[in-house]
Amino acid sequence: MRSILYLVTALAVIGLATWAYRENHLTQQAMNTRASLEREIARLEAEIAVQRVEWAYLNRPDRLRALVEVNFEALKLMPITAEHFGEIGDIAYPAPQARLDLGAGVEVFGSLEALSGARPTEAEEQP
Amino acid sequence: MIRTPLRPLARILQARAQGEDPDHIEQENLRLRRQALRDTGRVRAELRLLVLALLFLSGFVLLGARMGLLAATEPLQVRAGLVEDISGARADITDRNGRVLATNLATHALYAETRRMVDPQRAARELGRIFPDMDAERLAARFTDPARKFVWVRTRLSPEQQQAVHDIGEPGLMFGPRKMRVYPNGRIAAHVLGGARFGEQGVRAAELLGVAGAELFFEERLRDPARATEPLRLSIDLPLQATITEVLSGGMTVLNARGASAVMMDAQTGEVLSLVSLPDFDPNDRPAPPTEGDPADSPIFNRAVQGYYELGSVMKSFAVAQALDQGDVTPDTVIDTRGPLKWGRFEIEDFRDYGSEMSVTKVMIKSSNIGTARMIQAIGAERQKAFLRGFGFLDPARIELAEAARAKPILPDPWSELSAMTISYGHGMTTSPLALAAGYATLVNGGQKITPTLLRRDAPQEGAQIISPQSSARMRHILHKVVHEGTASFARIAGYPVGGKTGSADKPGPNGGYEEDAVLATFASVFPSHDPKYVLIVTLDEAIDTTGPEPRRTAGWTAVPVAAEVIRRVAPLLGVRPTARAEAEARLRADARAQ
Repeated sequence: MRSILYLVTALAVIGLATWAYRENHLTQQAMNTRASLEREIARLEAEIAVQRVEWAYLNRPDRLRALVEVNFEALKLMPITAEHFGEIGDIAYPAPQARLDLGAGVEVFGSLEALSGARPTEAEEQP
Repeated sequence: MIRTPLRPLARILQARAQGEDPDHIEQENLRLRRQALRDTGRVRAELRLLVLALLFLSGFVLLGARMGLLAATEPLQVRAGLVEDISGARADITDRNGRVLATNLATHALYAETRRMVDPQRAARELGRIFPDMDAERLAARFTDPARKFVWVRTRLSPEQQQAVHDIGEPGLMFGPRKMRVYPNGRIAAHVLGGARFGEQGVRAAELLGVAGAELFFEERLRDPARATEPLRLSIDLPLQATITEVLSGGMTVLNARGASAVMMDAQTGEVLSLVSLPDFDPNDRPAPPTEGDPADSPIFNRAVQGYYELGSVMKSFAVAQALDQGDVTPDTVIDTRGPLKWGRFEIEDFRDYGSEMSVTKVMIKSSNIGTARMIQAIGAERQKAFLRGFGFLDPARIELAEAARAKPILPDPWSELSAMTISYGHGMTTSPLALAAGYATLVNGGQKITPTLLRRDAPQEGAQIISPQSSARMRHILHKVVHEGTASFARIAGYPVGGKTGSADKPGPNGGYEEDAVLATFASVFPSHDPKYVLIVTLDEAIDTTGPEPRRTAGWTAVPVAAEVIRRVAPLLGVRPTARAEAEARLRADARAQ
């Protein structure tokens, strides 16, 4: 009886030791992954910062103004003034919708039977 | 130690006498001894168990506490620059809508470890070729100096330069990662931002420190590692700032001015939406402070905040507001304006003779020095001083810029009745354009004190009541009339009713007295005049309008047209709906009459 108890204990110790060893390695691996992810994040953040700077630099007001002047022919952008504000009353009511002109001919798809509601008679169905 | 005998003779003899077995006594005594031993042994074992249990308990408590602490703390943000205890981290600065005004860019510094260098002479020669501003021979001398192990070559490199240095192939030349402060908008808002420099340098990082402006004022906030990722949001509006800079610099060129400044402020919240001072500079390459000449002519001088000037007639609004607020006069009270007004040897005159009497409104419209001087004479110097103190004109402007605290207004000492009279029309006391903007905001927003701020805020300032809402309404009406009937006719803009007051102050000469032909022209304006949302101050230094037959220097011809163009451009950007003049005037009349 006692020897069985010893055996079980010894096995348990061996098992736990193996588990602890594995856990240790997994932890170290996770830490390595974490470190490399952190490096990756730092690198991406630096890249994002560069993109942000570039975005801000490309959108700086001086450059936009110069671009608007260069492309005046195509864009015709002008500074907004008081005349560009409108009253609600300035907006016209929608014009009455033009009626469909049927004179020019209309293409129609579908079966005439379905349109008229007529069903084929039993006599017609028979061969 | 006294041993208790197992067989005490007395008891044995007594037992033998009674015919009992004396061995029983021995056994009885043995039993008692064993019992005592067992009891002490148990107590000791219990104690040991207790100690052990305590030990385990404290161990578990420690572990538990540590786990709890780890679970409770904020996850740590990855910070690439935090090495060697030198943090290169510095929070971004954005405008009120989140557009980037200042941010960091990764770059590299170049240094040399001389012990590792293979051919220092050649390296110095090649570096001299890449950086034309560096002296190759001096560099070579430093590389070969046996006392040096380490030489800083350059604080920052462009990627092209880095590649070129790489191509030298010298193993002793090393790159250290750096964060560099970048202002992508260049000169725009230069005076607000200030600039940055490198502080303590390490191989892996360098400190970024503010030099001036908001960068220096918010130094601790910007370098706080806990808030490094959260940008500092200013009240400045970038498109507005750009537009005002453009219009102002155009006006400055056309009118040949030496300098110009503009302050635009929200009249309710005190937020400075735009702060321009010209000439300006590029904060990416901030110029050094001038060693000669007038520091006030340097581009790094912030005219709107550091520049305290005698601003002239724009200050009349405050004299009139005080007279109205104390109930001495109404806008229609007639003031004696016969000139010249004599005070001892001193005479106060008007620009032209406007007749012997005028109403208070007319005094403002015609900008009569005599009229305001008479009103202040009735009020007295002490009360004037207290009134102006309420607006904050007597103290340095409170704004989040490092320079602001260093500039102070010049005040008369003693504050005599004569100085009170000259101050009523803006001479004898200096004011900065920023303080003036805050003063006008207070004047027109219903009378609540405004303290200028550069930080974005969403609620109006609940400042002290400086003048009554009715006096404020009357001032709005008067300022509106100054534009539409008086000296600021160029500010009549279709769609946007503007109120304001001009000021053309002769500049003090270098040897005392005033100069003939040097005028500081100011226009203090509010718009829309019937419901003031924004205050705009424009000053032009020595501007001359030469379109007419003779040069004109008064603000009506210089500062007002520039300010009008600013409002024309900026009001739609701010989303201010146009209002017809008649509608605005009806509102102004109703407000001024209402109690």
